[in-house]
Amino acid sequence: MSDFIDLVLLAMLALTGLRIIFLKDLFAVVMLFGIYSFLTALIFINLDAVDVAFTEAAVGAGISTVLMLGTLALTGREEKESSHSSILPLIVVFITGAALIYGTLDMEPFGNPDNPIHKHVAPRYIEDSPKEIGLPNMVTSVLASYRGFDTLGEVVVVFAALIAVLSLLGVPKEGQQKAPASGLKSHQVLRVVAKLIISPIILFALYVQFHGDFGPGGGFQAGVIAAAALILYALVFGLPNAVAVIGPRFLKFMAAAGVLLYASVGFFSMYKGGNFLDYNKLAADPVAGQHYGILIIELGVGITVFAVMLSIYYAFGNQVERSNIQ
Amino acid sequence: MNFILDHYNYWIVVFLMMTGFYIVITANNLVKKIVGLNVFQTSVFILYISEAKVSGGTAPIVTEGATLYSNPLPHVLILTAIVVGVAVTAVGLALIVRIKRAYGTVEENEFKKMDDAI
Repeated sequence: MSDFIDLVLLAMLALTGLRIIFLKDLFAVVMLFGIYSFLTALIFINLDAVDVAFTEAAVGAGISTVLMLGTLALTGREEKESSHSSILPLIVVFITGAALIYGTLDMEPFGNPDNPIHKHVAPRYIEDSPKEIGLPNMVTSVLASYRGFDTLGEVVVVFAALIAVLSLLGVPKEGQQKAPASGLKSHQVLRVVAKLIISPIILFALYVQFHGDFGPGGGFQAGVIAAAALILYALVFGLPNAVAVIGPRFLKFMAAAGVLLYASVGFFSMYKGGNFLDYNKLAADPVAGQHYGILIIELGVGITVFAVMLSIYYAFGNQVERSNIQ
Repeated sequence: MNFILDHYNYWIVVFLMMTGFYIVITANNLVKKIVGLNVFQTSVFILYISEAKVSGGTAPIVTEGATLYSNPLPHVLILTAIVVGVAVTAVGLALIVRIKRAYGTVEENEFKKMDDAI
């Protein structure tokens, strides 16, 4: 049954991808891309990757779509007729595709437990991590503890992306004049429903943040979900109102604080006599130390991701409001 | 039939990858190029997650009665890659907004012409 679902979902994904090529209306392209992301999330669930599915649904379908729509509001929604001839690209794509398909013939059969990928490293994570780290969710154990250094790098990359976006687009000023068309004043149903669901979304984000050790979830997902709640608020009630709740300057401070919190756990474990990010030294009992370490660094990740996603949205939203005023 | 089922995921991945590639090289509009890049990127995610799947296994969260788990390592790599991916997409979109402000267009052939005119 699982195989059959896989077949159908992947076929739907291929059709969605194909349709994106031919559509000229960019608004429809972005909406199709949202559908594409949700289909991908479903496929991830079917392939047992629940944590990844969670992230894809929140990030791909949520944040990416909003940012692309924000860009379309500034650049226009019609794509002009292409000046490229389509023969040469087609040939290139077909030859590359044929070479890759030829390559897949040597790949190990899908889902076989004897594949080489399942023979190294992974058995250790699966057998030892519940004892060494004490968490049922192996993805969190690997993400936050075994590959903690790697994850620190990823958080720094996200932070660097924020710096790049802010230096390109600038920061919205607090208390600036309101654009006349700010928010959706005529949509009463939307306003009432948004008010009802924003607080449950934030509550859910906190649940995902602190329950990530035991079930699917963690700092990355929680940060994105919390940012989505405030983005919804900004979309429905206008950017200036959202800026009044959490200002961009405070967000910049939060983004840096999250990275610093993560790194300081590393330095603290060095101070305790261990290696960088060696949580075993954080408490007398190594497993308890791992618990503290993972809880704190996941919090750092959550804070940074939340602040970065929301700041990026503010930067785009501010551009849209400015172009509305002019 | 078994041969097809064994490779079906990989073939769809290649198809999606080529779809994304085709959009990137033919589209003039920069926003559409970004969508193409994202399609390409997602195909790589599906490749990794397909590799991690174990038939008859379950999600890598310890539960009673489960002995066979899918491989958690590719899940970790892709989870972080998705978040970094959206951050990089945001940088790309920010660049597009600046290009629009500087040239008044986001069609590649149009601002290329303006560049050539200078």
